[in-house]
Amino acid sequence: MKIYADNAATTKMSKPAIDTMLDYMENYYGNPSSLYELGQRAKEKLEEARAEVARIINAQPREIIFTSGGSEADNQALLSAAEYGRRKGKLHIISTAIEHHAILHTLRKLEKQGFEVTLLPVDESGIVKAQDVENAIREDTALVTVMTVNNEIGTIQPVAEIGAVCRRHGVIFHTDAVQAVGHLPVDVEAMQVDMLSASAHKFHGPKGVGFLYVKKGMPLSNLIEGGAQERGKRAGTENVAGIGAMVAALKESVDKMDEVKARITPVRDHLIQGLSEIPHCALNGDPGRRVYSNVNFCFEGIEGESLLMLLDQKGISASSGSACTSGSLDPSHVLLAIGRVHDVAHGSLRLSLGDDATIEEADYIIEATKEVVAYLRGFSPVWRDLTTGKKPFIL
Amino acid sequence: MALYSDKVMDHFLHPRNVGVIEDADGVGEVGNAKCGDIMKMYLKIDDDKVIQDVKFETFGCASAIASSSMATEMIKGQPVDRALELTNKAVAEALDGLPDYKMHCSVLAQEAIHSAIEDYQNKEKEK
Repeated sequence: MKIYADNAATTKMSKPAIDTMLDYMENYYGNPSSLYELGQRAKEKLEEARAEVARIINAQPREIIFTSGGSEADNQALLSAAEYGRRKGKLHIISTAIEHHAILHTLRKLEKQGFEVTLLPVDESGIVKAQDVENAIREDTALVTVMTVNNEIGTIQPVAEIGAVCRRHGVIFHTDAVQAVGHLPVDVEAMQVDMLSASAHKFHGPKGVGFLYVKKGMPLSNLIEGGAQERGKRAGTENVAGIGAMVAALKESVDKMDEVKARITPVRDHLIQGLSEIPHCALNGDPGRRVYSNVNFCFEGIEGESLLMLLDQKGISASSGSACTSGSLDPSHVLLAIGRVHDVAHGSLRLSLGDDATIEEADYIIEATKEVVAYLRGFSPVWRDLTTGKKPFIL
Repeated sequence: MALYSDKVMDHFLHPRNVGVIEDADGVGEVGNAKCGDIMKMYLKIDDDKVIQDVKFETFGCASAIASSSMATEMIKGQPVDRALELTNKAVAEALDGLPDYKMHCSVLAQEAIHSAIEDYQNKEKEK
């Protein structure tokens, strides 16, 4: 059995996305900045796409900037708010300990440029409290940035509440909604956000395309200088085929959202139930307030990369927050932030289900994981120390 | 391109000399769970100071498991002095190479062997 369970990493492009992409490459290859008909037809498609994205997230078309993806959108949002803040003498930024690296690394860069960054902690289920955001806001706070859905443990943050707090205090609010758009209802008015980032390949669109929503009146700085594309805020000939495909994918994801959620939630819960039977394990993230597709566990006494490689041998594609998979010495900062100690955080497994996941597949994953965890524990010196009482179990 | 060589995959999927020697003459454990790698080696050494048997237990990634497996194969049947000469580079080469950021796994294998032999030598002195 082949099961792709890493949809939080990327998704397969949908049929409408592929069809649109091919059609646009074939028939709308003109440069949208050109005056002749071929260019203007491409321009028309580009603006149709912009209007559609705006409609879906309840924004105005001119508030949508197309980017190369979520990371670019995050970078531009943060650097723009920081630059605007600096002009007003505001050098403080609030974020959380569990953000994506596109946020955290940009914040690190801003710290080097003189900004002070407050990274709010999260509770053990990985949720940020709006009250904590409010308490952290100061006179010189330039920006609050909190993700909508966490990419590792799937927790859904109280973004609308945080948005209300920021509005009340007149602070710019950005949310990285890369894991939310196409999966949860996203309404920029209801969420009270000033900026929002999204990435096409997380909702069955192509890689290399995304968008940034920027509320009217919010000043934006360029990351890329050049031509006057995207209201002069993002130079470079537009990726018309990619943008068209993104919108085709988004439309379908939004249309199917309720149905997919209703169908996959029980599969996710079945998977959580089954994996919970493995001794000395723990679910990471909140059992209820998590995106319908996310399952994340820690298994004590084993290391995540070997778990992934053995699951791959059984046809299952998944991911882990172990140090070995991150290419650093530390395991996932998200797992550490929810209070998992290093020893346990290395043994994590993330499964992010596709829209067509079934109970049968969940059963196969459960059996395969049980088998692999038991096998690896069989020659783990850590597991030996735990089972012989030399060390106490953590989970 | 695969992350690991066929040799690494072979030793990861079919590790040699896995297990424990209850009456081992030398036992060494290196690494720590915080970093995500722990290797434990058990040696059975005869009166001629030749490694008659070796077993390992490893908590770690595929390359850590493969490095342990390969290292045990390379020292089994060897005199202790020769085993001490085994370098991490030799282990990595025998595996047809490891990714740069995984070289520390082969270092751990070398250290585990050294630690187990040291334990054996200390016990010998006490005899």
